[in-house]
Amino acid sequence: MEFQILWFILWGVLWAVYFMLDGFDLGIGMLESFLGRNDAEKRVIINTIGPVWGGNEVWLITAAGATFAAFPTTYALMFSYLYSVLLLILFALIFRGVALEFRGKVDSETWKRGGDIAIFLGSLIPAMLFGVAFANIFQGLPMDAGGYHGTLLSLLNPYGLLTGVLFVLLFILHGALWLTSKTDGEISKRASIVADKSWYLLLIIAVLFLIYTASTTNLYANFLQSYIWLIVPVLAVVSLIGIRFFAARGQYLKAFYSSCLTIVMVIFSAVIGLYPNLVPSRTDPDYSLTIFNSSSSIYTLKIMTVVAVIFMPIVVAYQIWTYRVFRNRLSINDVLKDKESY
Amino acid sequence: MDIVRLSRLQFAVTASFHFIFVPLTLGLSILVAYMETRYLRTGDEMYRRMTRFWGRLFLINFALGVVTGITMEFQFGMNWAEFSRYVGDIFGTPLAIEATVAFFLESTFIGLWVFGWNRVSKRLHAASIWLVAIATNLSALWILLANGWMQRPVGYVLRNNRVEMADFMAMLTNTYGWLKFFHTVFSGYVLAAFFVMSVSAYHLLKKNNPQFFKASFRMAAAFGLISSLLVFIVGDFHAAEVAKTQPTKFAAMESVWDTQKAATYYLLIIPDPGNERNAVETIGIPRLLSLLAFHNGDAEVKGLKEFPKKDRPPVIATFLSFRTMIALGMLFILLTLMAYIISRKDRLESSTAFLRIMLYALPLPYLATQLGWIVAEVGRQPWIVYGLLRTSDAVSKSITPLQVMVSLIGFTLVYGLLVIMYIYLLSRFAKMGPDDELQAIIKPSGI
Ligand code: HDD
Ligand code: HEM
Ligand code: HEM
Repeated sequence: MEFQILWFILWGVLWAVYFMLDGFDLGIGMLESFLGRNDAEKRVIINTIGPVWGGNEVWLITAAGATFAAFPTTYALMFSYLYSVLLLILFALIFRGVALEFRGKVDSETWKRGGDIAIFLGSLIPAMLFGVAFANIFQGLPMDAGGYHGTLLSLLNPYGLLTGVLFVLLFILHGALWLTSKTDGEISKRASIVADKSWYLLLIIAVLFLIYTASTTNLYANFLQSYIWLIVPVLAVVSLIGIRFFAARGQYLKAFYSSCLTIVMVIFSAVIGLYPNLVPSRTDPDYSLTIFNSSSSIYTLKIMTVVAVIFMPIVVAYQIWTYRVFRNRLSINDVLKDKESY
Repeated sequence: MDIVRLSRLQFAVTASFHFIFVPLTLGLSILVAYMETRYLRTGDEMYRRMTRFWGRLFLINFALGVVTGITMEFQFGMNWAEFSRYVGDIFGTPLAIEATVAFFLESTFIGLWVFGWNRVSKRLHAASIWLVAIATNLSALWILLANGWMQRPVGYVLRNNRVEMADFMAMLTNTYGWLKFFHTVFSGYVLAAFFVMSVSAYHLLKKNNPQFFKASFRMAAAFGLISSLLVFIVGDFHAAEVAKTQPTKFAAMESVWDTQKAATYYLLIIPDPGNERNAVETIGIPRLLSLLAFHNGDAEVKGLKEFPKKDRPPVIATFLSFRTMIALGMLFILLTLMAYIISRKDRLESSTAFLRIMLYALPLPYLATQLGWIVAEVGRQPWIVYGLLRTSDAVSKSITPLQVMVSLIGFTLVYGLLVIMYIYLLSRFAKMGPDDELQAIIKPSGI
């Protein structure tokens, strides 16, 4: 196989795993203030992601690093074209991270309220803006011989915003399912209600998104050319229905796994639709950034392949292991007793 | 201001901020891991309290190191697109490796360490902080190999209108990068040692928990002494490497204008860049400069006039930063030596004057590390990759001055707020001491 294709797949996997993992952190962040009726409950909610969110975020850093190493031209142009969006995402992630770590460190109402707001916005903004950014990449960016012609406002077009909402709902559902299966009592019950309701909303938005995508992007072309790939979006739909199926039976952990699969399959569908582009151009296809015209040299790709083959399995192994260490449900007592909790 | 200046300023601000937190993480992770190991070995409760107390300060610092680091990762593409495109084939690799082998390790195991006190065995718990310490130092290695490559590009060919990797091993074994690595991590250890000594001095002066803080101080003094000596020794080789590979930077560091053999080292110099000379040059030690630069008293040292003006870095900033760093480096050896002797002889509590010095000495290693980066980065100008790519050609083409102005102001404000919170929290928990702090955390508010 060509190394560019291998790295394209890996690139897709990194983004998919990032959204699958940090997706529920972002969802929890959006729900925390609303599902926690008092400080202790809020603490339980954020402590369900306490041990793992940092490791989840590194998938984003690695996705960015891998873009840099494997497709430097794409890294350079995509990141500078999306300057303002990325800046907002950065600020949001900074506030979210600091608030998660520091919220419990000072016993003052104002401090904690500030922390809650930072966690909420710090989760909502990246969820929304990642949707906006990817939607614009699906549509193609306005770039040609004259360079880049977009602005922050042109990115916030209806399709971008719709995809943003799609991401937000997907992560809220994902986070609610996580919370339902990681807590007990009242919190778990409330979270399950959110999960049930947000599913229907998500379904509506997802249908709109699929229709809009057909009219404004080229993502379907690859699927129409070889039907075999349709299995991926079909799996996305099946797993989306699976969420409801399991939730209706009260099997929220299985519903959570199902929503993991949904997220991964959604991202894979998009990646397959993009191939061989990483960032298509809307104005002049000759200026599209493809995996071939923007990649590193084969030598560099080979070295990166060796590194990935050796280290990624190790990373996956110890991350799965830590999830197992922290697999139990959290109760209010656990959090209050534990001096190290958030 | 134009995009280049704004982007440079923004990079300087964000990198310097990141590097407020980085050195403490590098050094304190090792000290905390050592403390927990002592606890594991001896079962002595004091070491467990030590691990917790210093561990909590470590975590506050660590959190900010992480969030400011993400900015760095994105910025190469956002602001320095031409740089990223031109050298990405080589430069992206260490960054991606850093994330894969180091960041995953540190952020996964820090979670385990913080939340795992009652979930995993003591041995595994201690192992996880060691993994964090190893991972942070490993991350420094990769980023500094990347930076070392910008200082001394090796193993590349010019092909396809960009720089492509020809020899990965050459980058891995780049002397410049390794010197940078050792010099930087040792400087982090010095800083962490001063941090522990300063906080301990505060409590010893107040006569809080003397047993606890004497033990902490003693540990840090030994760590600091060794590290200060190592910083000094590696620094000497580092300077020689600069003289060999970046003659313009070396000339600026020492403010040498005319090329000369068997060059004299002047203790006091006042540069006068306008007239391409030094306004004052006195207390000379013959041949020392050549000796420092090439480890050979007769060697020829190149002066700035040898190079066209457009290839020279800013002299004053480079020179003053370098001189101050070295002065501080010698001072650190002296202070840590005294700290070591006094704490060994168990005279700490009675040496209040010395404790006060160590309490207030804390900003100095921060200053020294920042100055070191100014020498390295300002001294490399006008190149972003020495000899290959000029900083002015490296900036993104698609961004506007307004965008960068807004982001620069944004970063300054956000980071300003972070630093205020950081200092507030750190001093709050540092002052609480090892015992009161436990009560403060258990707060049954809200139910
Ligand atoms: C000498 C050491 C050093 C230097 C020069 C830099 N860093 Fe750094 N960085 C670290 C040493 C470090 C660290 C000690 O490993 C940190 C600090 C706190 C932490 O968690 O890890 C870290 C954190 C950190 C993170 C967050 C990792 C996480 O989520 O766990 C990122 C993305 C970066 N850094 C990226 C960069 C980039 C792109 C730099 C180039 C300008 C850079 N750092 C300079
Ligand atoms: C964290 C410690 C660091 C600090 C404090 C630091 C400091 C600085 C400063 C002060 C500048 C501005 C120099 C000038 O424009 O005159 C600068 C520029 C720069 N540095 Fe660093 N630096 C650090 C680490 C790094 C590393 C590790 C890299 C690369 C791997 C790097 C790459 C750059 C780049 C790309 C620029 C912008 C172009 C330039 O102005 O030279 N820096 N840095
Ligand atoms: C005592 C004598 C010292 C010498 C001879 C020395 C030498 C040097 C040299 C030559 C550089 C520039 C390297 C470059 O241009 O790439 C440098 C950078 C640096 N120095 Fe020092 N230094 C000394 C002390 C210190 C001390 C005490 C600290 C902090 C505790 C420190 C921290 C740094 C840092 C963080 C850098 C930037 C990273 C790097 O380039 O390695 N140095 N030093």
